[in-house]
Amino acid sequence: MSILVDKQTRLVVQGITGREGEFHARAMLEYGTRLVAGVTPGKGGEWVLDGKVPVFDTMAQAVEATGANCSVSFVPARFAADAIMEAADAGVPLIVCISEGTPVQDMMQVRRYLDQRKARLVGPNCPGLLSPGEAKVGIIPGHISVPGDVGVVSRSGTLTYEVLYALKLQGRGVSTCVGIGGDPVSGTSFIDVLQMFEEDPHTEEVVLIGEIGGTEEERAAQFVADRMTKPVVGFIAGRSAPPGKRMGHAGAIVEGGSGLALDKIKALQAARVRVAEHPEQIPELLGSRKAIPRRRRRAAKRA
Amino acid sequence: MKLHEYQSKQLFAQEGIPIPRGRVAMTAAEARSIAEELGGRAVVKSQVLVGGRGKAGGIRLVDSAEAAEDAATQVLGIQIKGLPVRKLLIDEAVGIQAEIYLGITNDRQARSPVVIASAEGGVEIEEVARREPGKIVRIPIDPLLGLREYQARYLAAAIELPREHWRDFIRIASGLYRVFHRVDATLAEINPLVVTKDQRLLALDGKMVIDDNALFRHPDIADMRDLDEEAPAEREARKYGLSYVRLDGTIGCMVNGAGLAMATMDVIELCGGRPANFLDVGGGAGSEKVAAALQLILAEPAVRAVLLNIFGGITRCDEVARGVLAAMEEVRPTVPFVARLVGTNEEEGRRLLAEADLITASSLMDAARKAVAAAQGPAPSLGASSVEGSVPA
Repeated sequence: MSILVDKQTRLVVQGITGREGEFHARAMLEYGTRLVAGVTPGKGGEWVLDGKVPVFDTMAQAVEATGANCSVSFVPARFAADAIMEAADAGVPLIVCISEGTPVQDMMQVRRYLDQRKARLVGPNCPGLLSPGEAKVGIIPGHISVPGDVGVVSRSGTLTYEVLYALKLQGRGVSTCVGIGGDPVSGTSFIDVLQMFEEDPHTEEVVLIGEIGGTEEERAAQFVADRMTKPVVGFIAGRSAPPGKRMGHAGAIVEGGSGLALDKIKALQAARVRVAEHPEQIPELLGSRKAIPRRRRRAAKRA
Repeated sequence: MKLHEYQSKQLFAQEGIPIPRGRVAMTAAEARSIAEELGGRAVVKSQVLVGGRGKAGGIRLVDSAEAAEDAATQVLGIQIKGLPVRKLLIDEAVGIQAEIYLGITNDRQARSPVVIASAEGGVEIEEVARREPGKIVRIPIDPLLGLREYQARYLAAAIELPREHWRDFIRIASGLYRVFHRVDATLAEINPLVVTKDQRLLALDGKMVIDDNALFRHPDIADMRDLDEEAPAEREARKYGLSYVRLDGTIGCMVNGAGLAMATMDVIELCGGRPANFLDVGGGAGSEKVAAALQLILAEPAVRAVLLNIFGGITRCDEVARGVLAAMEEVRPTVPFVARLVGTNEEEGRRLLAEADLITASSLMDAARKAVAAAQGPAPSLGASSVEGSVPA
């Protein structure tokens, strides 16, 4: 079982006729995701992926015709904000934006726009979601993870795959993996996902993968300390990164003394999160503590 | 992308923010003639993209054109934090009564721009924040509405600016937000914004940082990039859409994904080595990009070994392998290579690399250990290796 996406998810791919869009749409379909439509302006009426998936010109048409309740966008970064707003305007409740390199001011406007609607954005600049055995929405390779009870939330892309793969090699399966993305302004935070995992009856333990820059991890640590009953294992990338240098992700930069890996690790440890020294150590740290009995969990939730 | 002081101030002036009279000089003779135009008294300011210019002797107050020429000669010869001074801004000298800080940046937590003001201008705002956090006023700006006039007025009142300057201050704050928004800045800062002895407000210094992701819609701003201020390797990297940062270790890294690239660097340090660089080949990296990346890494003489760590999602392992092979043909590397490929099209990638002389690794830890050993010891014998690291289908 899972959070956010499952077998009921009816997915529409924005930018389905592009190179990346088509490649990953096919992978999602082959994984078993209910891919009901694609959208590319100007290509409405075509059928793609061996004639299995209809293409529409607009999100409104796609939602109207197929009842899609989730979208994933592969459109070029300069059109990403527009694609997200179009999906929200069409009434899609869950919007996943894979596109990398969106201007930060665009995303700030998108966030304010989404605040006025009932839509959740995951990303941008993220690998998307994978609920193993249920649905794959995004670009996380399906074969590197199996169903299970570990919830994974991460700011990174390929580092997340590394962790999923390490979990699989140790026989640990995943309920849902959520890539929240590496940009300074994004739709879904660590705390949003931690809350969902805490409430999900099928998630027993949580893995949190963070990196340098910003204070998201520190706030997540505070949330774990105050509200979580399920054990959390963490990893923070960028201990070797020098301050003042942007490490690829627009969000991954240590500025003005905050955002250091060491500060994040300390904050997590203070919240009784076990922090791994390297990604492949994560499976060893899981399951090493007994989960808190359900009775106490409910008590904690009331508090 | 950082802008120079003179570029920032030109953008300010376009939005009606008053700036001192002045121009850019490339030579001491030009500095002299500009100072003459300004009436002799002038400030000679080095234009380099780092802070602390004053402390490094890069800013001189002069009271004659001759003195401006002398100062320019000296300043054009120095380096500030490793950057040679190539340009000077010669500004009129003004009598200063008070120095204010005014800046706009993005607040990640609030997911909106924030305007920051302080009566303590002229020093680094981080310094003020540490010493006297109460002296800093911050107001969030709604990204759909922009900075409202009442917000600017609130700032003026909060920093106890005399009322006669409020109207000018509001005009300047509004202009600063307009330019911040118009060019997709992540920072627009006037420090100091001065009250002159003759009771004018003037943006004495300016600093702007532009969101690289937005440069596609600002070709005029992109053209302002000072290529002299970039390390050649970083310039080359940008051309190929690679994200590259030079570091001071001996193990060259090529990784796909920023998070994994950082984690790879961390694991190298955990194993007792030092990374020579951060390099993210990005998503969907094709062979040409990979070849360019490899050349960048190998151009660094300190590199004693190369660690290639690819976990394919968007990136396809076979394309990376082809890029590596193409680059090896061209560069003929003499340092040992450690490769680990996992993910999309990995079988094909592994098959391709199996034909080349690579040290292979099954896990990240294994790869890092082998790279550290290879960088320390004599080059291990190559040839009889096959590529491991497979994911069971």
